[in-house]
Amino acid sequence: MSTPNPGKTYHSIIIGGGHNGLVCAATLARAGKSVLVLEAAAELGGAARTREFAAGFKVSAGAHLLHALPGELIRDLDLVRHGLSFSAQAIPSHALRADGGSLRLAERKLDGSDISAADAAAYTRFSETMARYAAALLPILHMVPPRLVAETWAQRFEFMKLAWQIRRMGRQDMRDLLRIIGMNMYDLLDEYFESESLKGALALDAVLGAEWGPRAPGTVLTYLYRLAGMAGGMGVAQPAGGMGAVCNAIAKAASLAGAELRTSTRVRRIAVENDRACGVELESGEVIRAEHVISNADPRTTFLSLLGPAHLDTGFVRKVHHLRASGRAGKLHLALTGLPSFKGLATTALGDRLLIAPSMNYLERAFNPSKYHEYPTEPALEISLPTVRDSSLAPTGRHVLSAVVQFLPYDNGPDRDDNRARCLQAILDTLERHAPGLRGLVTAAELLTPWDIEQEFGMAGGHWHHAAMGFDQFFFIRPVPGAAQYRTPMDGLYLCGAGCHPGGGVMGIAGRNAALQVLRGEK
Amino acid sequence: MQTSERPPVYRQPLLTTPFFECYEPLIETRAFRQWSGYNTLTVFSSVEHEYFAIRNTASLFDMSPMIKYQISGPDAEAYLNRLVTRDVRKLKTNRVTYTMWCDDNGHVIDDGTIFRLGKTKFRLCTAERQLDWFLYSAIGFDVQIEEITQNIAALALQGPTSCAVLKKMGLVGVEKLKPFEIGIFKEPGFEIMVSRTGFTGDLGYELWIAPQHARALWDALMAAGEARGIRPIGFGALEMARIEAGLLLPDSEFVNAEFTLRVNRAHTPFELGMDWLVDMEKGHFNGRRALLQQRKEGLKQCLVGLEVDGKKPAIDALIYDSKDGRNRVGATTSAMWSPTCKRNLAMAMLVAPHFSSKKELWAEIYIKRELVWQRRMVPCRIVERPFYSPERRKLTPPNDR
Repeated sequence: MSTPNPGKTYHSIIIGGGHNGLVCAATLARAGKSVLVLEAAAELGGAARTREFAAGFKVSAGAHLLHALPGELIRDLDLVRHGLSFSAQAIPSHALRADGGSLRLAERKLDGSDISAADAAAYTRFSETMARYAAALLPILHMVPPRLVAETWAQRFEFMKLAWQIRRMGRQDMRDLLRIIGMNMYDLLDEYFESESLKGALALDAVLGAEWGPRAPGTVLTYLYRLAGMAGGMGVAQPAGGMGAVCNAIAKAASLAGAELRTSTRVRRIAVENDRACGVELESGEVIRAEHVISNADPRTTFLSLLGPAHLDTGFVRKVHHLRASGRAGKLHLALTGLPSFKGLATTALGDRLLIAPSMNYLERAFNPSKYHEYPTEPALEISLPTVRDSSLAPTGRHVLSAVVQFLPYDNGPDRDDNRARCLQAILDTLERHAPGLRGLVTAAELLTPWDIEQEFGMAGGHWHHAAMGFDQFFFIRPVPGAAQYRTPMDGLYLCGAGCHPGGGVMGIAGRNAALQVLRGEK
Repeated sequence: MQTSERPPVYRQPLLTTPFFECYEPLIETRAFRQWSGYNTLTVFSSVEHEYFAIRNTASLFDMSPMIKYQISGPDAEAYLNRLVTRDVRKLKTNRVTYTMWCDDNGHVIDDGTIFRLGKTKFRLCTAERQLDWFLYSAIGFDVQIEEITQNIAALALQGPTSCAVLKKMGLVGVEKLKPFEIGIFKEPGFEIMVSRTGFTGDLGYELWIAPQHARALWDALMAAGEARGIRPIGFGALEMARIEAGLLLPDSEFVNAEFTLRVNRAHTPFELGMDWLVDMEKGHFNGRRALLQQRKEGLKQCLVGLEVDGKKPAIDALIYDSKDGRNRVGATTSAMWSPTCKRNLAMAMLVAPHFSSKKELWAEIYIKRELVWQRRMVPCRIVERPFYSPERRKLTPPNDR
């Protein structure tokens, strides 16, 4: 495919057709701007892609459950009309145990045979409290971060609004939120609950996709952040047709609004003229000009590979260089001849969200080896069997198991193939303990380690949030100071990916905010 | 195990330079000071005598502790061009340039000299170590950076008879070296790199050799310079000469931007009056965008040269815009009575608009006489820098003396 209009100068070129890039494209195109999206892969979607991993078996290649796509984005971009539908919404979670016990965690309601009355009551109290705190954080999630050094009254007002948001919670909630927000999930859950299984399941939510175990400070922040994402949406949901269907709907919205979408088009570098980004040069050598270049790639790739340090100041390069972006989440895909049976889990619950993290110590032990670039022998898993509710993903009667695997090291060493194979066996062993006979159902298996994720989706470091979430890479300093308002030190160059606020997860807010910043910059 | 086997560095916290044993017998004061880990001399015998050696005869200053980095590789030129404020592409082989380098805010980290030794080989000399910054600056460039301070011994030979001393020593054609030019000589029996550079604003050369030839070079210089008034000097005399020459000293005129803790304590090259060092047209370099912004907004402060009435140096003096001392407009950074100019000189950082004012300013000078302090408000005015720049500094070939 070549450019329909050679020599044309676009309003914006978006590097990368992931969900954020597509939301950004749709937003700009709907504002009447000429937009070109360039995706290196053959398909749009980035890591939010539905992909065939074995003949006839399809799966969401990255995140497999939607929890943070805001309702307003769905409405604004008319995604339902463009084909977005859900196989299930408000999906409950089940904390599995190898001894056959299991808990069902739904919004504010906990069920389980061996749950004490105290834990049941505490769960309601915990859920309600955390929901209030998450609601207070929700506006932060959606806004363009203010500049840390406020220079105008409008910027100061943004800060005052934030402070007011926290203050209006009332003295007791405010005090408690400020107490716990820097804490670790391990200690917080010990304050509320007795059940190891319950604590393990809740702690897994805090560290899903993260690079730390539940004892690390800042894990309460990541938990509240996840809840805040959910506060605006439909709970945990499974998009029909996998995550790729979400991107297809956004792509359709963008395309109908006039955006041009080109796949199999890899950008070699961002072109610079008179100290301003003026377009891109493709791998093919073709140069395409634009007034704005918006990168959906991760910050390290954007700045150090596509733009190049020569166009940046050393201090800024140093910050990007030190960005924590080493992924520790892996992805497991299994093609199954039939449905497995998990101990203590009703067959009607097989389509729900299944968690293997039977205690916080289990989770912490699964995390420990990754600190030393080693693989866990008993990993923690977030499992989904999408084919239970969506038969389009596998041949009739067959099924797919998709699992997020915590915590795998970023392993680019010479033994990585052997290590991956060994790790896959360890995961299958873990699954077998919870679902005897599962091994016998497996006809194809694929394990993506953070290194594989880097290779496949081009995320430097293999972190599917592009940059780890934590106080040091949060809000007005995400990804790094000097690039936290979707703008960069290079005029005309913007960021719109998960490396920006509000971070990873299929949210699309970074894409929308980046588009708004581009439009704002023109006024 | 015998303790005497230990390397000397453990027994001696401060290192001595390769020349130390050559001049040790000439030290009368034992007034040492530390410079980048080495023991160096503040004064050998008398600051005044040593100062006049710089201006009237020939002086030898041991600058071996000067930090030297070798920068080489295919991207060495591009790397340096992004690092510093001047256009390194214009620097020809066997030439030296004085430059500064800034952080992202355009604030000066340090200044120094770049020697171009080949197409892809440079040497960068600076007063303090900053390998950390240089290595971070190397991300994305095919370049090797190596600190070679200990591999090279260096002497500054400065003063009106310096060229004659080198000629007498047998360096054929040394008089043809233009300011900031480099020559390699082999006449003394070993290789010696001579650059016509210095920190005195006078005719002078800097001599760079392998450390094992330190004794031979020292003896040859002292012998060749005997009839031309050569003498070793310390920091005290050098400091006088550098103020007269209007040159900047880190921690006097500016603080390394990487070390400042408070906001607005670092300075841009513009604020130091070094606009001529900044090439805005050469493409991107560290701090360029911030400097462009500052150029647009205008300066809030700037370093100037002052001539102060009277003879008392305006050391650490506050500057006012009227004699009543109500409105402070700045402070001096360096000050001295100049024996050569016969003027009372100072450099001062003044706030806008006073750094471009033609009006009289007032320096608040404190003088202690037999333990009694007196406060004087002394008129002063902005004058051009350098305060002293003799014709011989640039004349090629220099006059024979």
